[in-house]
This record gives sequence, structure tokens and C-alpha cells, in this order.
Amino acid sequence: MTADWPLLSLLVWLPIVGGALVLGFGADRAREARWAGLVVALATLLLSIPLYTDFDGSSAVMQFVERHEWIAAINAWYHLGVDGVSVALILLTAFCTVLVLVGAWESIEDRAHQYVASFLILEGMMIGVFAALDALLFYVFFEAMLVPMFIIIGIWGGPRRVYASIKFFLYTFLGSIFMLVGLVYLYLKAGNWELAQWALLPLNATEQMWLFFAFLVAFAVKVPMWPVHTWLPDAHVEAPTGGSVILAAIMLKIGGYGFLRFSLPVTPDASQEWAWLVIALSLVAVIYVGLVALVQEDMKKLIAYSSISHMGFVTLGTFIAFALVREAGNADAARLGLQGAMVQMVSHGFISGAMFSCVGVLYDRMHSRMIRDYGGVANSMPWFAALFVLFAMANSGLPGTSGFVGEFMVIIAAFQANPWFAVLAGLTLVIGAAYTLWLVKRVIFGEVANQEVRELKDIDAREAFVLCAFAVAVLLVGVWPAPLIELMDASLAALADHISAGKL
Amino acid sequence: MIPQSVLLAIVLAPLFGAVGAGLFGRQIGRAGAHTITILGVALSCALSCWVLWQLVTGGAPTFNGNVYTFFEVGRYSAHVGFLVDRLTAVMMVVVTFVSLLVHVYTIGYMADDPGYQRFFSYISLFTFSMLMLVMSNNFLQLFFGWEAVGLVSYLLIGFWFKRPTAIFANLKAFLVNRVGDFGFLLGIAAVVYWTGSMDYATVFERVQAGVLEGATFSPWAGAAWDVTTFICVCLFIGAMGKSAQVPLHVWLPDSMEGPTPISALIHAATMVTAGIFMVARTSPLFENAPAALEFVLFIGATTAFFTGLIGLVQNDIKRVVAYSTLSQLGYMTVALGVSAYGAAIFHLMTHAFFKALLFLAAGSVIIAMHHEQDMRHMGNLRRYLPLTFWTSMIGTLALVGTPFFSGFYSKDVIIEATKHAAESGNFVHHYAKWLVLAGVFVTSLYSFRLIYLAFFGKERFVVDASHGGHGHGSAHDDHHDDHHGHHTPGHLAHPPHESPWVVTLPLVLLAIPSVAIGFLTVQPMLFGGFFDGAIFVKPEHDMVARIGEHFGSPLTFGLHGFVTPAFWLALGGFAAATLMYLVKPELAGRARAAFAPVVTVLERKYGFDDFYQAVFMRGSVRLGRGLWRGGDVAVIDDGLVNGSADVVDRIAGLVRRAQSGYLYHYAFSMILGLIVLLGFFAWPR
Repeated sequence: MTADWPLLSLLVWLPIVGGALVLGFGADRAREARWAGLVVALATLLLSIPLYTDFDGSSAVMQFVERHEWIAAINAWYHLGVDGVSVALILLTAFCTVLVLVGAWESIEDRAHQYVASFLILEGMMIGVFAALDALLFYVFFEAMLVPMFIIIGIWGGPRRVYASIKFFLYTFLGSIFMLVGLVYLYLKAGNWELAQWALLPLNATEQMWLFFAFLVAFAVKVPMWPVHTWLPDAHVEAPTGGSVILAAIMLKIGGYGFLRFSLPVTPDASQEWAWLVIALSLVAVIYVGLVALVQEDMKKLIAYSSISHMGFVTLGTFIAFALVREAGNADAARLGLQGAMVQMVSHGFISGAMFSCVGVLYDRMHSRMIRDYGGVANSMPWFAALFVLFAMANSGLPGTSGFVGEFMVIIAAFQANPWFAVLAGLTLVIGAAYTLWLVKRVIFGEVANQEVRELKDIDAREAFVLCAFAVAVLLVGVWPAPLIELMDASLAALADHISAGKL
Repeated sequence: MIPQSVLLAIVLAPLFGAVGAGLFGRQIGRAGAHTITILGVALSCALSCWVLWQLVTGGAPTFNGNVYTFFEVGRYSAHVGFLVDRLTAVMMVVVTFVSLLVHVYTIGYMADDPGYQRFFSYISLFTFSMLMLVMSNNFLQLFFGWEAVGLVSYLLIGFWFKRPTAIFANLKAFLVNRVGDFGFLLGIAAVVYWTGSMDYATVFERVQAGVLEGATFSPWAGAAWDVTTFICVCLFIGAMGKSAQVPLHVWLPDSMEGPTPISALIHAATMVTAGIFMVARTSPLFENAPAALEFVLFIGATTAFFTGLIGLVQNDIKRVVAYSTLSQLGYMTVALGVSAYGAAIFHLMTHAFFKALLFLAAGSVIIAMHHEQDMRHMGNLRRYLPLTFWTSMIGTLALVGTPFFSGFYSKDVIIEATKHAAESGNFVHHYAKWLVLAGVFVTSLYSFRLIYLAFFGKERFVVDASHGGHGHGSAHDDHHDDHHGHHTPGHLAHPPHESPWVVTLPLVLLAIPSVAIGFLTVQPMLFGGFFDGAIFVKPEHDMVARIGEHFGSPLTFGLHGFVTPAFWLALGGFAAATLMYLVKPELAGRARAAFAPVVTVLERKYGFDDFYQAVFMRGSVRLGRGLWRGGDVAVIDDGLVNGSADVVDRIAGLVRRAQSGYLYHYAFSMILGLIVLLGFFAWPR
């Protein structure tokens, strides 16, 4: 049925147009706005399913391609298409947006229609980022995406929301300025904005180096990598629950995606040259940021630092590919690392989304994110506690949950690149468990800390739906990751081959 | 042939019970919860026995097959699958049998606990995880089971999650285990690196074919490590965590915060022996790494002796048994270290029965004493709890290695094997030989100390009806801390009385194998080639075979047991305990005074806990705080970002002035403008 539909355009524009229409409901018809928004998000999720079922996972070529002239003067095209990696991330986006809208059903009273609209518009733009094959189009979505998130934090955020949103905006904007320069250079050199052609564009070592750093700054801020990560804890702390969920679950992934789409294919030799730097920063993320997470007193900050730490596995898995494919001559191990990075991205989407949703559930009741205000929540909220412990275990990388799969693959691959990488990355087993389970101990377990905790009501059906949906996803990927991996395998194998050839 | 469907039923039946009791506990009620979990585990147990039977007498071939593919990336693949040979089948039977009895026992022990259904759900989940661990045919699933049992252990130690000590203990247990798992994971990564596979059969085949022979790698310039040794040491670090070997043993005594049934099931009979099982399973690797075996031996002997000593100064009845478990795990590890893998598994099996028995008996005492665990407030309980007393006695006789009891056969073989190994060994082998012998004396001393303090002597508790208000008649429970406050040590509301049948039946059913299993199985299991094909031992390492040369029958072996040094040492321990705790109790106090410094060291548990607390716990928190305040806040945010932040502030000020608070309108118009622009350009023409 959907075979001849412009599926990707629908996925991009349906939420954006739907979001604009939702705005029309106005502040006094919040209920209708919420329902309309949910319908749009569900329709988008539904539309994304054929993307998976009709996708040919055995092929690395871009599929569902749409290509129309856009700005003829600069040879920019409205060019959409997906490979396995994009499909996985688009599905993740559509899935999380639905849950975010359901999750915020009651907690956002103020200007609910605008809230719903922001998320829908944001969803369309994020899908646009993952589907764009034209670099200019990518850049437009990449930048435009900041605006709804800026609004979400700036309007529905906490007391320091203005500081946080501006910090967020400027950090990421600053990063992408460098990328824009790089993109323009590539355009001037190639005469077009086609990513596929840029991957084949001959570039000498110096050019590659400058471009690599331009991309690195942009994507490192997004991931975020140490030391350009400090915007994230602030943004998370101030963002409303939904904002945090999308920020952690999807927006961070755009950094990892950028490395796969730009740095590796366009500047493979510079990426190899500087892989040590990215690997070092990734390991710093795993250990240093993990230790910083340990001492946080604010739950959201803790989870934010935990996100940075876990994203270290994404960059690690991506950049060990060079040592594996070129020095060890083991393209399969490189694929394993890249797969691990991707699985970690998807998994972290589920887990961080779930963790922030959990904090949202508590915040809605207690209006505090401080760990010290809690204690013994399991006594009054047993079902919530069970789910929270599940997500905490997933966050600690327990086998059987999605959190394990990616980290395991990356560690196995990293050992082949250099055993020391595996040793240092493997420390997350201890550090990650320490900060996560210590949080559980202080918040969930123990004697009831105070009267407010005693009176907490367990999650209602709506909250249970959101958390259970995340739980199912976490367990499904944890128990049977093969479908996800097969989806991306051909694309990542092609990438591994591509970087092994290089451009010099 | 063993059909795969049977194996699937064995693992899934307990999982089904766990999910049912966990998610629908309220709907199905208490009876429903224990019925479905017990049925699940019983089915699992029956089928496991059938599988063992098929393998032993039916001539069924080893089952090795994959159920489904976990992932496949190029040449790297991981599966979920089963390898069922005799080694696995023995473990399956032990696990499901003890688990079944513990399930039944729990009906009585947890009768009044509000978390009844949750508890049943957890122990069934544990059974599932443990079965996945032992039945795995590859390292990935082994690791899954490994961590999954760790999770359940975490949940069960913290079962009474209101108790600060319980939630400290479970966090500690998880983290210490994670340290071991860190080594384990590196070991697996190394296995994959050097053999290219995670599948046991493939890995062992390649190892036997010599792919690792002479292979070295340099972790730093100039160093050359033997690959097989590196792999084995890494894997063994995992075993040290799970099987609580020094210095990663610290979590096990604290795990006694959990309810007693799980102390028996998880922290004595099954989970903690996973490390022993794993080393036996990977014997083809360890056999090629003599240096790693010496490391194993050293750690095992150290654990066997020194943790036993701590058991001498404990007053909590469960903690004595816990230290005894540590020490016995040390014995099993010693067996591994001298390549007597079969003996290790044999001791694992007999230990599972008698140690589960001892724990459950201790639980029965604890119920009778209304959750008093301090032996200083017990005494003369044999009058009130005859069945518990006699079964405890049987467990103790088995533990100390009384000839003809099950523990005698398994422990004596280990001691003999160590002796043989020392003949041609170096100082590590001699160290082990003396420590395991000395350990026998210690074992006997703390075991009979427990018996005398709990069951003999004067009654050191007061029956005081004014402390009434507790339920009557059944093995009731006042674990919920609400009740705990009312409790005065040594004061009971009514006289202790024997536990109900659901508690005592498992004791009796465990007492039978504690007596007889050794006599019945020592010959076929150790000297009959039982583990051929499952465990690999190089002929020149085969200490058990050397013992077998002199082995006539279980009867003559048992009779010979009366003239071994081990027997006299055990007798010495018994005599010393009798003297100090029964005949002349004042001697115990004098001995304490005379050995005061030693006692202090033992009471401080050699300082491991203090050291870890100071260095690792507080150290990492301090480090984290330093990195955060010093690195993130001071250098990055205030230093690097502040400069630009000033600029940001000024810009923000301008923006604010321009928009006078209607920032969101401005931003929305930006979005809309963008959409219109995009739409305009994107429109296909």
C-alpha cells in the first residue's frame, strides 16, 4: 500500500505540519490539542513501520529515495533517503515522541498546545536530519532543530531555564558554525551537496584534517564529548521531562550519527590520523564523567552525566574502526565496533528516555529532583520501583537488557584494537553500576524518608504505559538484538569497507 | 537423544513461575504464587533428573545446539544455546533440587512476610538464571547467567529494602561482583580475540589444536605475557567475585542480610559455586596455563584457611555458616588449582546439600528464636528443636569430614590431591597442602562451636510473655522492621518450638544426601570416567587418577579415612570445641583474652572492609567530587565558558530587551518562517 508513497517526506512533514495545526487549538483547548498531537505522533509512528518492514537490510544502498530540485542556484537538492542506520534512528525518534506526548499529558498545563506542537515539529526535523542526503538540507534541519528544543527548555523549564537554554543554544550553535564552514568548503570543491559524492571526493591530508576538526567540534558538542559537555547537565536539569527525554534519547544521537555520516566517509584518513584523540576523549567520558556522575546530588544531573559516559561507547566504537580495519586488517571487528556504537545509541535512547521519564514521574509528585529529598520510594510506589530498578540495571549494562549489547560489542571490538581500550572502557562495569545503583539505594530503597514520600501515589495507567513501553523495548533489544543488528549490518559493512580504502 | 524442547522446558518453567508470581502476585494470591513457582521448579527438577539419567545410563550423547542467534556480525556471532553433558546435568540437578526444597521451605519461613509473592518470583527467577548459566554453550550466555544471578542476588539481599544494612549489603555485593565481572569480561574479550569465537566447543577445539600455544602479547613495551595464562587469570577474577575468593570475598558475609532461604540457595549451594563450575567448564584453557592454576591454588588455599578462622569469632549463627561457606569454596578452588576439577565439582555437589541443610537448619533456629540470630542468646535448643538439631548435626558431621558422610569423600579427595600435587610441586603447592590440612581443624572447631552454643549448654534466653503480640503456631515472621523495634535480645514471647513440616521436610530431604551421596557416587563420579569429555585434564596433572590407583571401594576409602591426619585434625577441633564450649565454657573467654590481638584481627576481618571503604568507596567519591568541582565546574565552565558566557550574557540582554519577554513568540515565528521557506523551496516542480 505504501510502496509508492513519498514515505520519508511524509515522516518529515506530517509532524511538522501537524504541529503547526495543533498550534491553532489555542491555549484554552488543551485537551483537544493533546489528542490531536498524539494522533499525529501515532500516525508518524505507524508510517515509520513500513520503513522497517519494506527495508532491504541486505543492501547498503540508500532506500526510499526522494530527490527534487530545491535551490537550483547552488545546486542544492531536496534529497531524502535512508540506510539501515537511519531507519533505526527514525524508528527510535517516532517511538520516543509518542511516549513523550503521553508522558506530558498531565504534567504540562501551561500552553499545552505549544508544548505539543514543539515536540511534533522537533520530531519532523530530527527525522529530517536522519533522512537528509543533501548536506545543506541536513544542515538546515540540524540547525532548525535547535529552535524547538530551545523553546521547550526556555518556556517549560526550571528556574534557571534561560541560562540553560542559552548555554545549550550557543554551545551547539557554535559547534555547527564550524561545520557550516566545512560544508561550504566541500560544496565549493565538489559543486554539489550530495553526501554520497562527498564520500568519493578526493581530498588531500590537509583538507581532510581541517574538515575533520570542523565536523568534530560540531558533533562532539552534540554527543556531547568531554570537554564540551557541560551544557548537557544544565540543559537537562532545567528542561521539562519531555525535553530531557528527547534531548537524551534522540538529539545526542545526532552527534554519533554525524560522525558516521560525515567524519568517517568524507574524511577517512584524517579520522584515522586523529582517532586516538577521539578514543582518548571517549575513555575520559567513560571514566572521568562516570566518577563525576557518582557525586551528583541532583537526579537529572546524575543521569545527564551518565548519558555522557554511555555516549563514550558510541564514539569509542566508531573510532576504533580505523585501528581494526587498517592496522589489524580486521574489517569484521570494525563492523562489530560500529554495530556496537549504533546499538548503544538506540539502547541509550530507550534507557535514558526511560530514566528521565522516571525522574519526571517523581518530579510531578514531589517537585524536587534532589536525591536527598527522597528515600524509600519503593514503600509507597512498588510498581514504579520495580520499573526504576529495571532501567537502573539496564543503565548498568546488565545482560538481558539493551544496555549490555552495545557495550559488550564495543568492548570485544576494542580489545582487538588495543587491550588497554577494553580495560579502561570495561571499568564502566564498576563505575556505571556504582553511580546508578547508589542512586537506586538512596531514592528507591530504605525507610520512608519523609511524609511526602509516604504519601506518594504509585504510577497510574498512563505513566505505566510509558514506562512499560520503554521496558519492553529495553528487554527486547537486550534479549534479541539480531533484528536491529541485521537492519544496519549491510550499511555498516559498506562503511567499514569504505574507510579501509581511504582517500589518499 | 535429549530433545531441545525438554531443555527449553527446564529453563522456561521457572521463568514462567517467576513472571507469574511477580506480575500477577496480587491476583493469584499467596497460594497461587507458591503453587505456580513450585510447580515450575518441580517440573524443571524432574526433567533435569531425567536428562542426567539419560546421559548416565541411557547413553544419550552430549547435547550441543543453538536456540537462536543473538547477533551475527561478520565472523563474530553469538548465540543462545545449550551444552548439556554430564557436568551440566549434575549442576542442573543440584540447582533444581536445592531450589525446589528451598521453595517449599520458604512457604514456612516467609509465611507472614508481606513480600511473599515477590520472594517466590525472585527465587524462581534465580533458578532460571542459574540454569541459563550452567546450560550455556557459549561465553556470552554464561555471562548473561552470571550477571543475572548477580541481579537476583542483589534483589534478594536487599529483599527487606527498608533495612539500611540490607541495602548497603546488596549494593556492596553487586559492586564487588562487578569488579570480578570486569575481569571476566576482559577474559571473554581475550578469548574472542585469540580464538575468534565465543562458542565453547569451537574455542576448546582451537585451544586443543594449539592456536594459543606459545602465544604472547605485550601489554607494554618489553613485556611478554602468555596469552593462555592471561585469559585464565582474567576468567578466574570473575570466579573470584562470584565464588567469593580472597580478596573479593567481602560481600558474602554481608549477604546474610537477605532472608535465610536465599542464603541457603544462592549464597551457599548454587550461585557462589558458579565460579567453580566455570573453571571446570573451561578446563581445556586452564590445563594449558600452569601459572594460572598456581594462582588459582594460592587464592583457594588462602581463602580456605583464613576465612575459616574468621568463622571462629562470629556470634551470628548465619555468619558462622557464611564464613564456613567461604572456606569450603576455598577448598573447591584448591581442587581446581591442582587440576582436580572433578573433585571440585564433587565437593560442590556434596557441599550444596550439607551447606543448604546447615543454612536451612539455622533458619529453623532463627524462626524458633523469633529472629534472634545471636548465638549468645541461644543454648540448649536441642530440647526444643529435636529435628532441627539432628539434621544440623548431620550437616555438621558432613561438613567436618566424618568418614562415610558425603563431605568426607569430597574433602578427603581434595586433601589427597593437594598432597599428591605437592610431591612434584613448588612452594605454592606446599602452602596449599598445609593450609587445607590446617583448615580441617578450623572447620571442625567453628562447626562444633556453633552446635554447642546453639543446641547445648545453658539456655541463655528468657521466655517472657510480656513481649507477646506476635503470631503463634506457625513459623511466623517479624522481619518487617516495624516489629523489630520491640525486640529485646534474648527475650522470647513464648518458648521456642519445632518448625512446621514445610520447614523440616526440606531439612530431612537434604540430610539424606548429606549422609549418603558421597558414599554412593564417589566411585562413579571421580574414578569412573564420569566427566570424560566434559572436563579435560592433562594426564600428568591428573591427581584424582593417582588417588584412584589406591582406591578400593567407598567402604575401604572410608575406613582408611580414620587413619588420615585430616581425621585427627577434625577430631582435635571437635575436642577443643567440646572443651571450650561444653565442658569448661570459661576456657573460651580465657582463650579469647590470651589471643586478644589475633581475635581483634579476625573481628576486623583482616581489615579488608575498612581498606575498601577508605580507599575505593570514599576515594572514588572524593575523586569524583574533585573532577567535578575542579574539572567541570572550575576549569571548563568558569574558566573556558565564562569568557564567552559574559558575551552570551550581553547578547541575551539585548535579546531580552528587544523582545521584552516574548521570547517564545519570537522563536515560534522563526520556526514558522523556516517552515514556509523550506516548503517554498522544497515544493517539487
